[in-house]
Amino acid sequence: MENTVVSASKFNAWFGDNHVVKDVSIGIKKNQVVAVMGPSGCGKTTFLRCINRMHELIPGATAKGSLKLYNDDVYNMNPIYVRYKIGMVFQRPNPFPNLSIYDNVIAGYKLNGLKMKKADLNNIVEKSLTSAALWGEVKDSLHKKGTFLSGGQQQRLCIARAIAMEPEVILFDEPTSALDPISTSSIEALFHELKANYTLIIVTHNMQQAARVSDKTAFFYLGELVEFDDTKQMFTAPKDSRTQNYITGRFS
Amino acid sequence: MDARIGIRNTKSILFKGVIVFLAFIITIPLIIVLLYIIKQGVLQVNWHFLTNVPAAVGEAGGGISNALVGTAIIVGISSLIAIPVGILAGIYLSENPYTKLAYYAGLCVDILQGVPSIVVGIVVYFWVVKPLGTFSALSGSIALAIMMLPIVIRSTEQTLRLLPDSLKEAALSLGVPYHRVILKVIIPCGFAGILSGIMLSIARIIGETAPLLFTAFGNPFLSTSITKPMESLPHIIFTYATSPYDDWHNLAWGASFILLMFVLLLNIFTKLITRKWKIQL
Repeated sequence: MENTVVSASKFNAWFGDNHVVKDVSIGIKKNQVVAVMGPSGCGKTTFLRCINRMHELIPGATAKGSLKLYNDDVYNMNPIYVRYKIGMVFQRPNPFPNLSIYDNVIAGYKLNGLKMKKADLNNIVEKSLTSAALWGEVKDSLHKKGTFLSGGQQQRLCIARAIAMEPEVILFDEPTSALDPISTSSIEALFHELKANYTLIIVTHNMQQAARVSDKTAFFYLGELVEFDDTKQMFTAPKDSRTQNYITGRFS
Repeated sequence: MDARIGIRNTKSILFKGVIVFLAFIITIPLIIVLLYIIKQGVLQVNWHFLTNVPAAVGEAGGGISNALVGTAIIVGISSLIAIPVGILAGIYLSENPYTKLAYYAGLCVDILQGVPSIVVGIVVYFWVVKPLGTFSALSGSIALAIMMLPIVIRSTEQTLRLLPDSLKEAALSLGVPYHRVILKVIIPCGFAGILSGIMLSIARIIGETAPLLFTAFGNPFLSTSITKPMESLPHIIFTYATSPYDDWHNLAWGASFILLMFVLLLNIFTKLITRKWKIQL
């Protein structure tokens, strides 16, 4: 299975004594869009944040078990390197308010103090913004502050910022929950484009969104991975009764 | 029923009248002080006044150049000591609010803020002036730096705490190491707030007299050596206002005017900076 990018086996995570991710085992293949859904507090966001080791930044947060990027255990790697390789887009758009649009895109290079040629940076900015479907809208105002953009544009700017680092995987933590329907659909359309080059893992509350955008869906409930299957299969004939109940809205 | 509502309305109007009146009252002391010092001081200030040292008793003229230079040097050195320490401590407190160290450090900062300035002066007198055997500008700077610290620390802490965590997470998720997140993201985003805290702390200590009485001491001549006694604006006011000579009283009024204008400008400038440079989150 050399095209498995992210794999977890018997992975657990805690906040203090609170066991939020329980024995999760999953294998995510290259260039797939994987939706992670489940009710609030089911551990899906925590699991996502373990993948790029953002989980441990919260005081009292711990994790145990195996979580691999290709063949390397993420928890044996330097977290800084992990986060180069695994990008992240957050629930609320969070462009750096002190930086221009241009600098926001190359923030990963700039803030790390990597010296690069101007022409290379220009290339990265244009390419990343194009991939994030934002180039046309901002190409004349690259040196304005990123916070002047609308919420949806800011979120695409954050996607461009993640793409600019050329990661293997991009994690999305409920990326459209703070956006209006039009911005949401433009971001969903983007997922289809992005999967040609990246592996996407998307946490979402929204079942319709999971059904629309993903190849595979994982259903988390009370910290367990209940079911992980092709999205079509999952939404038409789920194997587990809990999945069935969730999809049909009998509990949430 | 109607009568009851009438009474309640009257009460509301009365209450509102009282708070508006009191809000107006509090502006009066400032205006009176300002007007009085401007009236007494503004005529003293001219080029000669700013560029000459005080004249001896009986001689006409004389100025406060030694105090202007002295205050600039003393406050400058205090800032050099207090600003870096204060900002770094403020960063620690905002980043680790729940540690034991943060709790006790925060407590110390609050207590330090309440220590009377003359007590700070006497402590520095025993720590610095006595061992060195002489009054010096440096000891005055140390005393003022101690008074600046709590203001810089608290304003830095409060500014940085208002920044959303998502900002830090954005940087960390790009693989930026912690120290660069602080230096390149957190501090620049809170820059306006930190700067205004620094300026307010300068405005606060520039008029401190008590701790300078037995540290920088005072000097009727122009001195730029930080190991020797040095004159300062508040101290020159103290010395000359308590003297029996009218000429010297005028000198004190002029110095008061300069000091007041400086503090006023610093405050106005701070307000402008926070408005202009505030980063829209």
